[in-house]
Amino acid sequence: MKALRNYLDKIKPHFQKGGRFEMFHSTFDAFETFLFVPNTVTTKGSHIRDSLDLKRTMSIVIIALMPAMLFGMWNVGYQHALSIGASWSFFETFWYGFLKVLPLIVVSYGVGLSIEFAFAQSRGHEVNEGFLVSGLLIPLIMPVDVPLWMLAIAVAFAVIIGKEVFGGTGYNVFNPALLARAFLFFAYPSHMSGDKVWIAGLTHGQGVVDGFSGATPLAKAAAYQIDQLPSVYDMFMGFIPGSVGETSTLAILIGAVILIVTGIGSWKIMVSVFGGGFAAGLLFNAFAVNPYMEIPAWQHLIMGGFAFGAVFMATDPVSASQTEKGKWIYGFLVGFLALLVRVLNPAYPEGMMLAILLMNAFAPLIDYYVVEANIRRRMKRAKKVANV
Amino acid sequence: MSKPIKIKRGLNIPLKGSAEKVLVRLDKAETYGVKPTDFPGLVPKLNVAVGDKVRAGSPLFHDKYRPNIVFSSPVSGEVVDVRRGERRVILEVVVKADRGEVAYEDFGPASPETLTRDEVIARLLKAGAWPYIRQRPFGIIANPADSPKSIFISGFDTSPLAPDLDFAVQGEEESFQAGVDAIRKLTTGKVHLGLNSDFPPAKAFANAKGVEFHYFTGPHPTGNVGVQIHHIDPINKGEVVWVVNPLDVIIIGRLFLKGIYDATKVIALAGSEVVKPRYYKLISGASIESIIKDNISTQAQVRIISGNVLTGTRVDKLGYLSFYDNMVTVIPEGNKYEFFGWIAPGVNKHSASRTFLSKLIPGKRFTLDTNMHGGHRAMVVTGQYEKVMPMDIYPMHLVKAILANDIDRMEQLGIYEVVEEDMALCEYVCPSKTEVQAILRKGIETMIKELS
Repeated sequence: MKALRNYLDKIKPHFQKGGRFEMFHSTFDAFETFLFVPNTVTTKGSHIRDSLDLKRTMSIVIIALMPAMLFGMWNVGYQHALSIGASWSFFETFWYGFLKVLPLIVVSYGVGLSIEFAFAQSRGHEVNEGFLVSGLLIPLIMPVDVPLWMLAIAVAFAVIIGKEVFGGTGYNVFNPALLARAFLFFAYPSHMSGDKVWIAGLTHGQGVVDGFSGATPLAKAAAYQIDQLPSVYDMFMGFIPGSVGETSTLAILIGAVILIVTGIGSWKIMVSVFGGGFAAGLLFNAFAVNPYMEIPAWQHLIMGGFAFGAVFMATDPVSASQTEKGKWIYGFLVGFLALLVRVLNPAYPEGMMLAILLMNAFAPLIDYYVVEANIRRRMKRAKKVANV
Repeated sequence: MSKPIKIKRGLNIPLKGSAEKVLVRLDKAETYGVKPTDFPGLVPKLNVAVGDKVRAGSPLFHDKYRPNIVFSSPVSGEVVDVRRGERRVILEVVVKADRGEVAYEDFGPASPETLTRDEVIARLLKAGAWPYIRQRPFGIIANPADSPKSIFISGFDTSPLAPDLDFAVQGEEESFQAGVDAIRKLTTGKVHLGLNSDFPPAKAFANAKGVEFHYFTGPHPTGNVGVQIHHIDPINKGEVVWVVNPLDVIIIGRLFLKGIYDATKVIALAGSEVVKPRYYKLISGASIESIIKDNISTQAQVRIISGNVLTGTRVDKLGYLSFYDNMVTVIPEGNKYEFFGWIAPGVNKHSASRTFLSKLIPGKRFTLDTNMHGGHRAMVVTGQYEKVMPMDIYPMHLVKAILANDIDRMEQLGIYEVVEEDMALCEYVCPSKTEVQAILRKGIETMIKELS
């Protein structure tokens, strides 16, 4: 520890202004601050500061993502085993999934962080921690068989077009992770939808057992095959095909508890997303004209990416509403729209992604009206005094 | 007692080293300093030169643009130094105190009841006691030509390690009442006195006549006068409210009772690095050295702060107590690296968030140092500021409006209602380490320029 510190102090001058490796100062800085909290002290204003910083904030989100990620790895193996009719041990199942998912994570971080470092360097900023979370979110919302080169392009698109052109972390309008998925969805639709992509190996048709479809519950529901839906238990636990990390509502809820207990994720948004989805579900039940609309309202909340979107995507503080009142409205509309797209639009079986991206665009508008209400209160108060 | 106003949002930072209720009567310090930098926006002009003899109450310098506002020497002695900083800005005017009794400039006692408003103002101005009266908006010295809609006194302080003002005003009942009587002359509105409903107030407060009492309960910043104004009589565009600190009311009171400028007050010396944190009776502007001598654990590097840890100013050992401050805090410097500190479980780290183990230990008191705990980042996380801001104001939007230099927006979002201390907690909790107070002062300066 001490030796490491001494070594860093020794090489530090090379990376500072006028040093040999000045061009890598952001990179050095990122590694140094990763190892050690810097010795910067306050100079003006508050002399003491809260121990929480962005690194820790983002780390908590990563920790919250762990249950979904680990379960996702296991489920990739489990679904593959089902498709080929094999009966694997727990370890074999997990290992298969681990080897399938790890490359996605490595590519996502590799591509994303390189771009982040390059931009931080060119702007002379410190490297922002935002991508630590996006980099893990992206593989978790991908079909497991997505080609790595496609993933790389999607990450690059999300970071450059979705974030850096707006000024970097904190300034982006849209959730970068969802942009990556939306990009692939529209650029390479055949790899992002259909029955084959959700289970590892199915696209190559390696010895699939007869009658195995691989369709997700949402696809089945959209085809009105309600009787073929997996059991509620399976859907809640996540023993179903789907994107890597989004199948297990249970694992996602564990993450939600971590986010809410630590105060890092907005419980208001999570609650209102579920509320909005439930409300839309009830509305469909009331006017049910087709089998899809008859699905019990609460069942929608454990299908597809709804829970994952509610807990990890809609709560992104940068692209969501920033006022506390706005968060209620924003979340409710996300949930409501997600079901609207899901049930009423046959082209997109998964409505969550589009609902969140759409509401990302409207979040500033919601905030605008919330803040405007505050301004009007102040004006009214001033007028009342003036009239007395 | 009327029903207390309950303030929910805010944050108490439990620090180690609160002052024990023991009053130490200090010998006179060797030197005293008056610092023009204590008064935001002031352009000082000197009235004295090095070598001049002064008495307590003799003017040392005045406001270049409002020459009737003068700043007096707190003691009698000789001007020994005028310390200047960059571009010859005056930082301190230092007076070396005479031995023996303080010689006062005599303004003659007078009952405020018998004086007119103008006579009260003239007396305050002449003796250099006027700067104790500050105005909102902007938190600057009040303009004697204004007529405020009301005057506020906050009778308690909730900031970390803050002095117990009930203890500090003991025995000063008469001066406090005289001060209130004088202040009452300055407004056609009311004089509001905010008190903490959790404790019985000191006699000086409880028996005060001519004030309207208000009771508050809740975490910091409940004791901030700005928060109390917001809940009782909020400031609208074009309105002016004046505020006075209770210890300064006492100094004003003495000016009328005895006819002298006697800036004696009781302050707290607190903080984890103080051996015996206690209360001290001294004359305002005293050198810090006189207070902390032999009372600091010398091993570590420390930071000495005139004021509290959230809003105070950093002073060195040879510095002076600031004009408005009622406490001195000493905490350790945090200029050290911490291996993987950002992920450490953090039993000894304080945070408003629930991301550290320390949250599980109720009643724990912390030794906090001056480390930033991270680097500057863009504003990413939302909702943190709002949790510690007990006003109907959107702090993050206000900060952004200031950064964008959008004057209309600042006005609409309530910049008239806040000064640095009201948003100090926002700065404390900010995970992006934004310098909220400095940004706010920049915004206030812009508004002052815009309105003049």
